[in-house]
Amino acid sequence: MTGFGNFTGRVVALHIAVVALLFALQFALPAYHHGIMARIMVLAVFAMGYNLLFGYTGLLSLGHAMFFSAGLYGAGLTVYHLDWSVPAAFAAGLASGLVLSTAVGFLALRTTGVAFLIVTMMFGQVAYLFTLYFGDWTRGEEGLTLSQAARQLGPLDLTDPTTRYFTALALFTVVLFVTLALVRAPFGRVLIAIRENEERTRMLGYDTFRNKLGATISSGVICAASGAAYVLLFGYFGSSFAAVQYSILPLLWVLVGGAATTLGPLLGTVLMFYLVDLSNDLLNSRFPDWDVSYLGIVGVALVLLILFFPKGLLGSVRDRWVRWLP
Amino acid sequence: MAFGPYFFLATLEGLVMAAVLALTALGLSLVFGVMRVVNVAHGEFFMLGAVLAWAVATSISGHPALGFLVALVISPLVVGAVALASERLVLKRVNYNPEATIVATIGILYIIQQLALTFYGPDARPVVAPFDYRIRFPWFGYSAYKLSVIAASAIVLAATWYLLSRTRIGLVMRATQFDAETATAFGIPVDRVYAGVFALGAMLAAVAAVLIVPIQQAHYLMGHDPLLLSFIVVIIGGLGSLRGTTVAALLIGLSDGIISVFFSPTLAKIIATMAVALVLVFRPQGLFGVSAR
Repeated sequence: MTGFGNFTGRVVALHIAVVALLFALQFALPAYHHGIMARIMVLAVFAMGYNLLFGYTGLLSLGHAMFFSAGLYGAGLTVYHLDWSVPAAFAAGLASGLVLSTAVGFLALRTTGVAFLIVTMMFGQVAYLFTLYFGDWTRGEEGLTLSQAARQLGPLDLTDPTTRYFTALALFTVVLFVTLALVRAPFGRVLIAIRENEERTRMLGYDTFRNKLGATISSGVICAASGAAYVLLFGYFGSSFAAVQYSILPLLWVLVGGAATTLGPLLGTVLMFYLVDLSNDLLNSRFPDWDVSYLGIVGVALVLLILFFPKGLLGSVRDRWVRWLP
Repeated sequence: MAFGPYFFLATLEGLVMAAVLALTALGLSLVFGVMRVVNVAHGEFFMLGAVLAWAVATSISGHPALGFLVALVISPLVVGAVALASERLVLKRVNYNPEATIVATIGILYIIQQLALTFYGPDARPVVAPFDYRIRFPWFGYSAYKLSVIAASAIVLAATWYLLSRTRIGLVMRATQFDAETATAFGIPVDRVYAGVFALGAMLAAVAAVLIVPIQQAHYLMGHDPLLLSFIVVIIGGLGSLRGTTVAALLIGLSDGIISVFFSPTLAKIIATMAVALVLVFRPQGLFGVSAR
């Protein structure tokens, strides 16, 4: 642990520099990319939450869409049906994520390895089916839209692009530094120890179940925060956000950027978002009858990554050049 | 219609579903059992089988039965070749590491869906049944083709059972499943067994898909439900157990068929999925399996 202590200054400076860069981009980006970056920052929070469980603790979940949509529906439904204010709705989203991740953690963590993955995938599927089953309130696949009047945070209008960008940046910054602090705290070191060798960690006297539960809950609440922010900032929620595709996307983003790196989720989300966006346009304009969608690009990216870049971009950078990268 | 005949109809529908499910799940179970990896792309091999069946059946003129029979041969062969290629090119290179395999097969899943979307398109298309005869029950007429699906599935299941338990190939497969390292020491080409099992698993899914496609149309997103249901069956039945898989497929197929007739299909799915997740949490070896080694 002392080895990391020497670099604390450098690490904090790097993270502040990233946040400052995002701050400066607000003034530099053209309108289209400005909107995309706001979305990317909110989704990067989702990826950071996923990374805490997958990257640091080594638990591969295929049901994280349920935590994202717990926040999404927790905030969205309270605003839509109960006219709650934005802060109250955001808190409701976080609370839904907390309750769901505690329950899922207690059940799913009784299993390990492949069984954990299948159990989380099934819980995710159940959550998705629930959003369809309660279609009277959720409008299922079609989804609901929040009015501009409902999305006011005190004097701030969350539908205004600049406010939206800065709100997304604020959330991103908070979560970035929270995860940085978490993974450098004793709790985070135990999680990494569990990933490396759970038996040995238990033998050293750590309660691995309780630590894994802590990781699941933190991860779930962060993902719920992302979902709640998403619905409040962009004003739309529907069942497609709870589908299995939204459990696979954070996995992809984390893998691209580098699992168990604090900045990897942001990098991965930015790269994949733009890769899908640009290659879609390029391929569809050149080969109009190919019906290219995100499917093929995501698929090829996943296969190539796992074959040639299993540690992701920042993971490889850390291995080769910058050992102190958190 | 009174309750009795209605229930009888639901049972028949459930049996057809169970027959197809048993084949699909057996493929997943074999791969799971012998190679110890989860093939998330299994549902897409099913979809590919159905789409290829449409392609073959429509390109052959003449009696529908001819096109169907040709599809029943060609479609599983092509799917097997695709599976073999993805096993050699991808799975082998990640050394069958369980988690890397899952990520890789998710990638393969999306690639196959994209290929189907590109070359087949977003529409759902039917294949004409090989024969069109209705069996007259006192209360309703029922498609004889659907009943023949049950018979065909039983034949393929029996053949697979024979292959696994009575032939040299089956012996080699079981030896690999039992202990891959010792099998290697006895000169069994474990590497080639893996490739064969992966292709065989995909071919079983493709056969199931060709059988179902005259009843349910072929569509590029049709692989999702068979994948989830196969997972459920494999978990309930216990890993790599043919008998467990068959019994569980009957159980799930029948209950799904019957529940969907009387209740909302979404609710049926919620209950089934939740129940299975809890089985996995509290009884990980499955309801019929012995505890894992």
